[in-house]
Formats: sequence, C-alpha cells, structure tokens
Amino acid sequence: MSDIFPKWTNRLPLKIAIGAVLIGGALTAGTTYYFTPKYTRVGYQPIQPISFSHEIHAAQLGIDCRYCHNGVEKSWYSNIPAASTCMNCHNQVAKDSPKLELVRESALNGKLISWVQVHKTPDYVYFNHSVHVNRGVSCVKCHGQVNHAEEVRHEKPLSMTFCLECHRDPAKHLRDPKDVYNLDLKISDVEQEKMGTKFVHDWKVNASQNCSACHR
Amino acid sequence: MAEVTTVKVQAPPRELEREPLVLNNRGLGWISDKIAGIAEGKTPRWWWPAFIISATVMTGMFCCIAYLFSTGIGVWGLNQPVGWAWDITNFVFWIGIGHAGTLISAVLFLLRQRWRTSINRAAEAMTLFAVACAGIFPLIHVGRVWLAWWLFPIPNANSIWPQFRSPLLWDVFAVSTYGTVSLLFWYVGLVPDLATMRDRAVTKVRKFAYGLFALGWTGSNRHWRNYEKAYLLLAGISTPLVLSVHSIVSFDFAVSQVPGWHTTIFPPYFVAGAIFSGFGMVLTLLIPLRSICGLQDVITIRHVELMGKVVLATGSIVGYAYGMEFFIAWYGGNPYEKYAFMNRAFGPYWWAYWTMVSCNVICPQLFWFKKVRTNVVIVFIISIFVNIGMWFERFVIIVTSLHRDYLPSSWSYFKPTWVDICTFIGSFGLFFTLFLLFMRFLPMIAIAEVKGVTTQADPHHPAGGAKGGGHH
Repeated sequence: MSDIFPKWTNRLPLKIAIGAVLIGGALTAGTTYYFTPKYTRVGYQPIQPISFSHEIHAAQLGIDCRYCHNGVEKSWYSNIPAASTCMNCHNQVAKDSPKLELVRESALNGKLISWVQVHKTPDYVYFNHSVHVNRGVSCVKCHGQVNHAEEVRHEKPLSMTFCLECHRDPAKHLRDPKDVYNLDLKISDVEQEKMGTKFVHDWKVNASQNCSACHR
Repeated sequence: MAEVTTVKVQAPPRELEREPLVLNNRGLGWISDKIAGIAEGKTPRWWWPAFIISATVMTGMFCCIAYLFSTGIGVWGLNQPVGWAWDITNFVFWIGIGHAGTLISAVLFLLRQRWRTSINRAAEAMTLFAVACAGIFPLIHVGRVWLAWWLFPIPNANSIWPQFRSPLLWDVFAVSTYGTVSLLFWYVGLVPDLATMRDRAVTKVRKFAYGLFALGWTGSNRHWRNYEKAYLLLAGISTPLVLSVHSIVSFDFAVSQVPGWHTTIFPPYFVAGAIFSGFGMVLTLLIPLRSICGLQDVITIRHVELMGKVVLATGSIVGYAYGMEFFIAWYGGNPYEKYAFMNRAFGPYWWAYWTMVSCNVICPQLFWFKKVRTNVVIVFIISIFVNIGMWFERFVIIVTSLHRDYLPSSWSYFKPTWVDICTFIGSFGLFFTLFLLFMRFLPMIAIAEVKGVTTQADPHHPAGGAKGGGHH
C-alpha cells in the first residue's frame, strides 16, 4: 500500500477527527451566539424621526407610561400616542422648538409621524398587552428600563424561550399591580418569590404553555 | 512441511450432495475476475442510455421539489380531509423495500443461510438507495422544509423539544438509525472486496479511490478476525431493525384514531409487507442484471426460487392480514371501522383495493408451483406486480381511510396532480441512478463471501482445498 499512500497519512484520520470536532464545536458555539435572538434582536436601536427622550419624560418628569401609551391596559396593543397627546404640553412647553416640527405638523394636519417600530412580535404570534400588565407583569420585563432610554433600544431577546421562561414559572416575575409601571422597582429574590407565589395563587394565574396560546 | 500427505476425501453420494451455490464448478479466480470485471471493464453499451434516462427522471423529481418548495404544498393534490396522500405512500413504499436488504444481510446471516452471499451486496445497496428515496418524502411533505430540523431534538431558542410521544418523531429516529446501520453494515462488508478492487486497479485514480476506502486491508489473519467480529456484531444490531423500523412506520397510523388505521395488527402486518415488497424489488433488479452481466452461475435459479418462497410466505401473511382486518372490523362491532373497511373494498377507491389484492394476495400464490418459481421471466413479471401491489397497499391504507371523514360534508376524493406523479416517478430515477452507479463502480456481489460458499472452499468436499496436512 505504501506506493499508494505515504506514511504520514497514517495520522490523517486522527487529525481529521480532531479537526471535525473543533470545526463542529466552533460552528455550534457560533450559531448559538450569533444566530439566536439574544444576538440578532437585542441591541436594535433605529434612529427615530424625532429624538424623543424617555429619560426626560418618564424618569425626570415622572410622566406615567399610560399617559401616552394609554391603550395598554385595555387592548392587546400598546399604542404610540397621537401628536395631540404631545401637544397637550408642547403647546406651552418648548412650543417653538425646531425638534418638534414634525409633531406640530402632525397635530395640525394629521400627517402621521413615521416612528420606527422596535419591538415586533412575528405575525404568527399573538401577544396581548392588557392581560400581562393587568396581572402584574411590568413593562420592564419585556422592554427593559425604557424610562431611562434616550433612544428606545431592543433590550430583551423576546424569543420563545424568553416568553416560556415566565410562562413556566410566573412566580419569579409577577409583582404588585401598583408597581407594574414603576420601572425602577428593586425587589429582592426572596421577596419576589414570596409575593409572586402569593399572586399566582390568589389570582389563579395559569400561564398557558399550549402552542395555541400564542400561535392561534 | 516435510512431507505432503494426501488425504483422500470420499465424495458424498449424488443424492445427498447439496445443489452448489456457484454453478459449473467455477474457480475462485473466475469469481474475482467476473465480479470485479463488471466494475472494471468498459462501460457496457446499455449502461449509458439507462443512466441518462434515470438521471433525467431524477432531475425531473428535483425540479418538482424545487417547485414545491418555492410554491407550497398546494401543488400536490392533497387537501383536507386527505392530508396525507402520495407523499407518505411513497415514503412507506420505499422504506418497505429496504427491508429485504437488511433481512438478507442480517437475519439470513445469523441463520447461516449461505445462499445470501450472492445477493446480499446488491440487496444492501438497494436498501440504502431505497432509504434515500424514502427519506425525501417525509422531509419535503412538512411544507416549510427549512424548518425540518425541528424534527431533531436540537437545543434551540424556542426552549421546546419535539413531541417525544409522537410516532412521527419515533419515525425520524427509526429511519435515521436504519439508514446509518445499513450504511455501516454495507460498508464493512465491502472492505475486503474494495481491497481486491484496489489490488486489481491499474489506474492511479482507481488505486487511490479503492485504496482510500479499503482502509489498508491486507487480508491478514487479524484483519479477517476483526472483520468477522464486526460483521457479526452489525448483523446482530441490524436484526432488530428489520422488525422495529417498519413497526414504527406502522405506528404513524396505528397510534392515531382514524378508523382503518387504528389497528393492533399493523406492526407485524407492515413488517411482513415490507419484506414482501423488498424481495419483490430484489427480484426485479437482480433477474435482469444476472442475464445482462452473465452472472447466472453466481445468482442461480436456486437463488431466484428461494426468494420466490420468501415472497410466497410473506405474501400469504399479508393476505391473511387483509382478511383479519375485515374480520376484526366485523367482530369488533365498531360501525365506523366497519364502514371504513367496506368503503375500502366497495367505495370510490374499490379499484385501488382490488388492484392491491390481486397483486399482493393472488399473484404470489403462483409461487406454490416449482415451475413458476424457476421460470425467471414469470418470476420477474410477478415481482413487478408485487411492487405495484405494495405501492397500492399503502395508498389504500392512507387515502381511503382519510377520504371519508366523520361528517359527509368533509368527504372528498383525492386526485394526484402532475407534481405528485412526477415526484414519485422521479424517485425511481434517483433509485436507478444510484443503483447504476453502484454496479459500475463497486463489486455488485460480495466476492470474498461467495468464494467462501464454493465447493473449493469446503475442506470436506473432494473439490475443496487444504487436504494436505493442515485442516482436516
């Protein structure tokens, strides 16, 4: 056989095996890191037509989330406010600011502001905001600390794993309904477990894990 | 050896002599030359047209599949209530065909049926190619094929696993295990013959290619010992697969609650049917090949006859199962089941049912006659009918059970589209393309094993070697 294969080929199978393990490992690790929502979605931060600062409005001025997103408790959808909502204050405050040009125009002639949507569930997923916020799931759980965002950023992966983590163990995430819109609330794990378990029991929370709960 | 003693072995009386497995007293050299020659010699003139036709038909299938992927499952004729039709029919048909190869190579090996050696290589190759054809259909029938990896338990960003209680998932494991073990078994058996091909090769490319896959085989005692052990182990591993794979395929139906599918008889009945169809296909392939390649001395009439007996036995089991299904439908007293079976035989698909019965039950009964079993032309024709019948069996089970739903408002009649038809025909293209390549490049018959069953290799036979001293 030596005339067909030189001696160094004796070690080739071992080398190929090691190479395959290394390449396979790298591919697995790479896919896990780069091709899952933790990487593909988190960090998305498009430039909006108006640089609206949640930090100023929600954190510094203390405006409640529901002042603008007023449909969130009643609807599956958390709405973006109409320009008229902005104008409630901005017809007095900074009323000539060039930054608000688009808002004034929109309020005047109804031309929509083309906000870029950041958080988007796929069309095969049904998500209802009202059932979540009314049963103690805070905004911060899915949107991160939006109240401190200068520009809205996709903070959480919002993958199916993300949804299921909570649906499989809601006690770790539910809080007192009065704290749902308090995005700065700090709560210890022990306290959370205690309160969460109580809420799950008292409200008979039965977070569905059935496929058709979300994929209707 | 200092002195050579010649031990005279008495020839057994003629009437006790077994019919030899290699006819005309062919020598060991002849066997090597003949079988290796098929893969070494000039391409026979018939090969190219056969290959071009097969490859074209196969390409047609891939075009149909591309059309299916780009457009959607709607290009097929299936729709509610007939959610499975030709796709799963073809899958079960092809996977069933594979079973003959495993039975021949594994079960007959453990049972020491020496006649298997002439046909096991080709039958195992047939198994692999049939599994390749079978694997296509469940894969493409999922619709969004780019999500087919969900069939496998791979950790994912959805935090869910496949449904381990579903027979459809068991199927994935059964078929992939089957494919893997069959490939290994086939390859291990090939190693000594690949070494023969390597040693006979004249061109550098052939030397390299055969040498690479021969894994440095020298034919030493140690190599043979390891080889025999590995082969025996693989035969042991493959044997349960003969039973398990088609049992699990039958669970796809039996575990559901559809009248006509929900039957406990399915696993044994499917296994028998699989072996039946597999032997049908082996005969369809090998009868023409033995004439074209001049292998009548290796694949003898006796081989054909023995396979005919297997077809007869399994065909009778299948016929019994058909009868038993009707009996249970009546005896069980379930009106839906009774309706499903009456509808099978006398409903809108009566023609499919009776095609199946004539091909699978009536046809093989001709094998009771030795004259029929030993006439290769008739055996070939019957083997074609067996193939047709077994395809219809799966069609009947799947489509007739589905087309009558519980509510008459959802009744329908399945008609295949041209895409259905071309995909199915194309799968034959793939099968024959692979088989033609196999017979042109690999020894179609296990050279080393066939040599072992010749009279020359038998030390107890007057024609056998090793009389001088040594073994006897």
